[in-house]
Amino acid sequence: MSLTPVVQLEVTEDHIASESRALSHSWAQPRGVMGFLSEVDHKRIGLRFIITALVFFALGGVLAALMRIQLAVPENQFLGPDLYNQVFTMHGTTMMFLFAVPVFEGLAIYFIPLMVGARTIALPRLAAFGYWMFLAGGVFLYVSFFLNIGPDNGWFSYVPLAGPEFAPGKRSDTWAQLITFTEVASLVGAIVTIVTIFKYRRPGMTLDRMPMFAWAELVTSFMIIFAMPAVMLASTSLILDRLVGTHFFNQAQGGDPILYQHLFWFFGHPEVYLIFLPAQGLMSTLIQTFSSRPIVGYVALVTALVATAFMGFGLWVHHMFAAGLPEIGTSFFTAASMMIAIPSGVQIFCWIATIWSGKVRLEVPMLFALGYFVIFILGGMTGIMVASVPLDLQVHDTYFVVAHLHYVLIGGAVFPLFGALHYWFPKFTGRMPSHRLGLISFWLLFIGFNLTFFPMHQLGLNGMPRRVYTYLPGLGWETLNLAAAAGAALMALGALSIVINAIVSLRRGEMASRNPWNAATLEWSTSSPPPPHNFYPERVIGSRDPLWDDPPDQPIIEGIRSDRREVLVTRLLDAEPDHRYHSPEPNVWPFITAVFTTIMLIGSMYTPWAVVWGSIPPFITLIAWFWPRRTDINDESYPVEKARPQLNEATGPA
Amino acid sequence: MLQSVLESAGIQAARVESEWWFIFRVTTVVTVIVLAGLAVAVRRGLRGRDTGASEQRMLRYIGIAGAITVVILFAILVRSIFTSRALASERVSDVMQIEVMAYQWWWSVEYQHPEPEQRVRTANELHIPVGKTVAIKLLASDVIHSFWVPSLAGKLDAIPGHEAVLWLRADRAGVYRGQCAEYCGFQHAHMAFVVIAEPPDDFERWIQAQRKTANQPQSPIEQRGLQLVQQRACVMCHTIRGTAAGGRIAPDLTHFATRSTIAAGTLPRTPEHVNAWISDPQAIKPGNRMPTIALAPEDRAAIVAYLEQLR
Amino acid sequence: MKRRLAIALLVLTAACERERRDFKLPNGDHLTAATQVSQLQPGAPSPPPVVESPFQDNAYALSEGKRLYSAFNCVGCHAQGGGAIGPALMDHRWIYGSRPDQIFSTIVQGRPNGMPSFAGKIPDQQVWQLVAYVQSMSGNVPKDAAPARNDDMQASKPELRREPKPPVQTGHR
Repeated sequence: MSLTPVVQLEVTEDHIASESRALSHSWAQPRGVMGFLSEVDHKRIGLRFIITALVFFALGGVLAALMRIQLAVPENQFLGPDLYNQVFTMHGTTMMFLFAVPVFEGLAIYFIPLMVGARTIALPRLAAFGYWMFLAGGVFLYVSFFLNIGPDNGWFSYVPLAGPEFAPGKRSDTWAQLITFTEVASLVGAIVTIVTIFKYRRPGMTLDRMPMFAWAELVTSFMIIFAMPAVMLASTSLILDRLVGTHFFNQAQGGDPILYQHLFWFFGHPEVYLIFLPAQGLMSTLIQTFSSRPIVGYVALVTALVATAFMGFGLWVHHMFAAGLPEIGTSFFTAASMMIAIPSGVQIFCWIATIWSGKVRLEVPMLFALGYFVIFILGGMTGIMVASVPLDLQVHDTYFVVAHLHYVLIGGAVFPLFGALHYWFPKFTGRMPSHRLGLISFWLLFIGFNLTFFPMHQLGLNGMPRRVYTYLPGLGWETLNLAAAAGAALMALGALSIVINAIVSLRRGEMASRNPWNAATLEWSTSSPPPPHNFYPERVIGSRDPLWDDPPDQPIIEGIRSDRREVLVTRLLDAEPDHRYHSPEPNVWPFITAVFTTIMLIGSMYTPWAVVWGSIPPFITLIAWFWPRRTDINDESYPVEKARPQLNEATGPA
Repeated sequence: MLQSVLESAGIQAARVESEWWFIFRVTTVVTVIVLAGLAVAVRRGLRGRDTGASEQRMLRYIGIAGAITVVILFAILVRSIFTSRALASERVSDVMQIEVMAYQWWWSVEYQHPEPEQRVRTANELHIPVGKTVAIKLLASDVIHSFWVPSLAGKLDAIPGHEAVLWLRADRAGVYRGQCAEYCGFQHAHMAFVVIAEPPDDFERWIQAQRKTANQPQSPIEQRGLQLVQQRACVMCHTIRGTAAGGRIAPDLTHFATRSTIAAGTLPRTPEHVNAWISDPQAIKPGNRMPTIALAPEDRAAIVAYLEQLR
Repeated sequence: MKRRLAIALLVLTAACERERRDFKLPNGDHLTAATQVSQLQPGAPSPPPVVESPFQDNAYALSEGKRLYSAFNCVGCHAQGGGAIGPALMDHRWIYGSRPDQIFSTIVQGRPNGMPSFAGKIPDQQVWQLVAYVQSMSGNVPKDAAPARNDDMQASKPELRREPKPPVQTGHR
C-alpha cells in the first residue's frame, strides 16, 4: 500500500498481487438496485450506452421493415398516411439521435480510457448523467409514439409543416424535446471524451502515439460541441413558436422558415460526420489489426479526420439547393461538398496501402471492413453527384438520396460498427464470437443491403420522391420497390443472426485470451473482460503500437493510491504526469438529476413555466452531486501540483 | 407516362441528363479502379509476403492518388458550374408567365394576363406550348412544397412568403407527369400534376376555351347537378365561373371535364372515378381537405353528370 | 395505488384522444340534433338533451376548425374573435348558448340579425370542428389541444395561451 509517492525500485509478484487485490476492492462495482443506479464505472456505462443504442437500432429497423412492407406494392393499405408519417419520422429520428450518435459515444466511453491506458474515464458522474438522459429521451420518444404522440414531420421537422399552424397537438414538441435530451447526452459525452483524451492518457502516450480511434473520437467530440448548439437553437425556437407564440419562423412577422433550415442543417450536415468519423477510427483499427502491420500514413489519416471535421461545417447548404438560393452561393457549397471527398479518398488510399503491404487475415471484422469499401465508395460517388447543383435539383428529395444516405451511413458507419462489435466482443464478454455465424451475418447483411438500397438509385431517377406513404401503379416503380422489400427481409435475417451469435457466444463461446486478435492497442493488454480498475501494473507507453513495439521492460508507474479510486492526470501534449486525482465514487445523484431534468423537459412541452419551477429540483440535486467529500478536503497528500507519482526507474518515460 | 430524369423532353432536363451521364461515367471508372486496387491489395495481403515497400514510397503513391482525385473532382466541379450557368441562361424576360400556387395537396395554376378577365385558372394541369420558354412563378399557400417535372426540369421549392421562378421549355410534345417533392403532410404521396406540352396552335385553342365561363347544363339531370352543386357544400370551396360557386380554397372546376385527372393526378377523370371520389374522398386520399358529404346516390350521379359536361 | 394507476391511465387516454386524426366523423355524418334555443319550456324543467362535441379536446379537429374559420369567411363578421359585424367570440358572453350542441345549431340554423344558416353547406364533421374551434377562442378547451399561433400577422394571443372565460348566457342585449 503506497499512501504517498515513493520510488519503487523493484516490483515483485507479491506486490502486484496485493496491489491488484486492493485495486479490485476500491474500484469494486456497487451492488443492488442503488448500486445499479449509482454506477460510475466507464465500462458499465459504456456498455449500457451501446446496448441501449442497439435496442433502438432494432426498433428503428422494425420501423424500416414496416415502411418496406407498406411500399412493397402500390396503393398499399397496410399503414395509412398518418401512421406512415410517424413511422418514417421515428425511423430517421431513432437512427440519427438514438442509435448512431449514442452507440459511438458508448464505444468511446468504454474504450477510450482502455485505449489511452487510464483507470477510468474523466468526469464519470457526468457520463452516467449523460446515459440516464439518453435513456430517458429514448423511452420518452417511444412511449410518446405508442400514445400516438410520435413526431410525424420528418427527422428534420421543417417549419411551417412542423410549426404552430400545421402541426396540431404535441407531436412536433415531442421531436423538439427529444432533441434536447439527446443534445444533453451528446454534449456530455463529448466533454467526457475530450477530457479523458486530453488529461488521462498514460505517461508516454504523446498525442502522436494515440490510437486512431481516440483521434477519431476526439475530433468527433469537438464537432459535437460546435454542431449541437445550432440544432438546439432550431428546436428551442420551434417549441417557443409553437407554445409561447414567438415568431422566429413566421414570415408575416419578420421571421423566416429558411432560417430554420439553415440552423437545422448547420447541425444536420456535421451530424453525418459525427456518425461517420468514429467509424473511420474503427476502420483504421480493424485494418491495422487484421493486416498485422502498423497503419500506413498515420499523420495523413489524422489530418484527414481533422480536415473532414472542418469541411463538414462548410457544406450544409447542399441540403437546400432546391430552396432557390443565389447561384454564386450554391457554387461555393458545391465546391466544398466535392472537396470533402479528398480526405475520404486519402483515408481509403492509406487503408488500401496498409492491406497491400500487410499480412491480411480474413476474420469477420475484416470482412465488414472490406464491405465498407464496396458500399461506402458507391455512396461517396453518389455524394459527388448530389453535390452538383443541377444534378441535385433532379435527384434531391427522391429515392436516389435515400439510396445515397444509406450507402454512406450504413456502409460508412454501420458496417465498421458491426465489425468492431465482433472484434471487441471478447473484450466485452471474455468469450469469442462465432466465426461461422459471423460470416452468415456478414453475407446476409451485405447482400440484403445492396438488394434493398441499390434499386433505390434507379427509383429516384425514375422520379419517385422520398417520404411518400404510397405510390400509383404504372410509374415503373413496382419491381424495384418489391426488390427493396426482399432485401429488407434479408437484412432483418442478418440482424437476427447477429443477435443469435451474441447469445450463443455469450453462453458457449470459446474463452478469450487477453489479446485474441493480436492487436496493438492497450485495451488488449488487460484481461478480457477488464478488471474494474482496468490495468495493473501500468507500464509507460513507448511507441504508437505498444503491444507490438514496446520493449517488455517498459517502466511501471507507481505511486497512485490503490485504497481508493485514484487516477493519474497527465499533461495535454506530452502526457507527462501532472497530479493525482481522486476519481468520484459511485453516486446516485446523476440519476436523480436526470430524473428531475426529464420531468422539467417533458413539463415544458405543456407549459413554458415548467422551465422555471422545473429547474429548481435539478438545481438542488446538483448541489448534492457536487457536495465536497470530507476525505478530499482533509487529505494531506492532495496538494495537487506537488504530488508527482514516481516511476520505478529514474529515467522516466522513454 | 413516366416521370423520369433520364427521359428528358426539355432543354433544362436534357442539360442535366448530359451532366448525369458525364458524372456517372467518371465515377464508375473511379469506382472500378479503386475496387480493383482493393482486390489486388487483398490478394497480395492474403499471401502476406513482405513487400519491402517503405512507408515513404507508399505515401508517395497515396499522394499521387490524392492528386488525381483532386483533378477529377475539379473537372466535375467545372462541368457542374457550366451546366448551372447554362440552366440559368434560359431565364429570359417576355415569356409566358404561369403562376402556380401549391396547396396541401394540390396545385392551383393561373395563366397571367394584363387584363384580369383574360386570366385563366385551372388546377393540377399545365398546358404549355412546345418550344417556348415559360416562367413558372411558384408560391406556397401553407407549407413548403416542391414543384418537379423530371422530364422537363429540376425541382424548385415553393416556400410560404418566398417567391421562386422556374424556367422551362418542352421540346417535344407530350404529357409529362410531375409530383410534389418536398414532404408536405398526409397526402404528399398524392400531390401530382401533369404538364401537357402541345403545338402552339393547340395551346392557343386550349387557352381560348379556358377563358370562357362554364357550360350551361342541358339535360334535366345535369341541371339538377348544378342545382345541387350550388345548394350543397361544393360552393364553400370550389369555383365554377358563371355559377354561384365561388369558393377559393379548392380547385377551380370551371372546365373540369377538359382535365385528364382528378384528385391531383391521382385518378383518371372517368365518371366512375369522379363518383367514387365524391362519395368518399377520405377513403382515396385519407387526410385530404375534401370532406365526406352525405349525398343520396342519385344526387351524386346528377353532380357527376353536371361536372362531366363542364368542357 | 389503484387511484394513481387510474390517473395515469386517464392522462394516457387523454393523450390518445388529443392526438387522434379523424378524417371522417366517427359515427357518420348525421349527428345533427335539434337543440332548444329558448330557456323557456312548457311544464316542469327537464334537463336539456346534451349532444357531446366529438372534438373539443382533439388537437387536429381544433386546428381544422381554425383553418375553416378563415376559409369559410367567419372572419368576415366575427373578425379574429373580437367581433365586428357579428358578436365577439373570444369573450364570456354567449347570446345563443355556449354548449357545443347550441353552437352547432347556431351555425347550421343561422340566427336572427345576420348569422346565416349553413345548413347543407357545411358537412357535420366540419361544423363540429368549427364548434370546437369557437370554444377554444374563449379558452374553453384543454390547453394542450388548443391551436397555437398562425403563420400570419398576429391579431391576438394564440388560443392555447388564452385563459378560460367561463361562459355567461346573456341572450339579446
